[in-house]
Amino acid sequence: MRKLIALALLAVAGLAHAADDSVYRAFGEKAGINTLMQDFVVRLKADAKIGRFFKDVKSEHLVQQLTDQLCKVSGGPCVYEGAPMAESHRELEIARADFNRLVEVLQDTMDAKGIPFGTQNRMLALLAPMHRDIVTK
Amino acid sequence: MSYGFFIRPLVAALSVSGAGMALAGDGKLLLTGGVSTIDGAAGGGLTPWAVTGSYAAAGEWGATAYATGVKTRDYGLAGYGAALAFADRVEFSVARQDFDTKDNLAPLGLSGLKLKMDIVGAKLRVAGDAIVDSDGWMPQVAIGVLHKKVDTGALGPTLTGALGAKESGTEVYVSATKLFLASGILVNGTLRVTKANQGGLLGFGGAQGMGNRVMPEISVAWLASRSLAFGAEFRAKPNNLDPSALGAGALKEDHWADVFVAWAPNKNVSLTMAYVDLGKIVPALQPKRQTGSYLSAQVAF
Repeated sequence: MRKLIALALLAVAGLAHAADDSVYRAFGEKAGINTLMQDFVVRLKADAKIGRFFKDVKSEHLVQQLTDQLCKVSGGPCVYEGAPMAESHRELEIARADFNRLVEVLQDTMDAKGIPFGTQNRMLALLAPMHRDIVTK
Repeated sequence: MSYGFFIRPLVAALSVSGAGMALAGDGKLLLTGGVSTIDGAAGGGLTPWAVTGSYAAAGEWGATAYATGVKTRDYGLAGYGAALAFADRVEFSVARQDFDTKDNLAPLGLSGLKLKMDIVGAKLRVAGDAIVDSDGWMPQVAIGVLHKKVDTGALGPTLTGALGAKESGTEVYVSATKLFLASGILVNGTLRVTKANQGGLLGFGGAQGMGNRVMPEISVAWLASRSLAFGAEFRAKPNNLDPSALGAGALKEDHWADVFVAWAPNKNVSLTMAYVDLGKIVPALQPKRQTGSYLSAQVAF
């Protein structure tokens, strides 16, 4: 009996985890994230500090990769098919200041879309640990 | 005390940090360098945090300068200072505190006495990242040291004589800071090894011979937006001067607490307002609880 309860608890915990797509939904699902990323990429390319990292990347490609990634980390039914983050950033010499600047540009983009600060932070909390793969300098 | 005293040190502080403009590290996120504590180190208002001051990220230098005024029921404190930080790793700070006892010491013939303290500090971030390691519990951890020297004027002979205190002391502390990013809640815990009386304004240690004690300090803040934080702090203090030659309880020391709001409209300026409760200060002469206002302005480059 005790084993059964433990199993049931595990299953519930597992379901709760798998079903946590609240951030994904708060961002308007894949369509909302895609619209957000379109604006984000425009802002990234135009940014005085970190625009250079993105100038040779095709916008369409970048929007798609970012959309898939944010969709996936926020609990949406997406598959990220790009190269692993560590691999794609290894040669870029990205400093922590560059990473933080990207966060600021994303915050500006989310502000422009009227996404509440608390909702923004729930997304940022899912993305922030990527600094380990991205910041190489 | 009016906040008029505020202006002069602020102008001085501005000119000091103006020299640091060329350094201009701005790679950190807004408010993630904390504000300036009254002891000069970056943190909350009363408690140092594991963050380093300024917006200098890896590879960058940064500087801050501040002026702070505290006005309680019967006392006033003016403070100012500056800090230099490198690479979000090390921080060096200087601070000055001028404590106005007003007429509270009149029974000792010391009406209008001012206690003046100089503080130099250093802090080293030793582990973790308070902001971006949002998938775990590991906080940012820093160790720090504060060397303090107080000039108590005509009170000096009594303080170092019958009361047995010293006029200088060194505190060391360890701070752990964690931002729970998803909820926007920042928590800091600090353990300070100290024998300072009233933060050092009444010297260090006392006739009871009690040595250094480990005192806990806690800050909690909620980020309402990128530029606005609300929080509360608690700083436990030792009680080295009690009992004294003046009797039991005469110099009893209370813990400090505050609730604050900090606003950083941009990476060059922040303003912090707080309601402070400094407890009773020298209750034999002034038995009323010292609550009041705290106002601090910081410039960063």
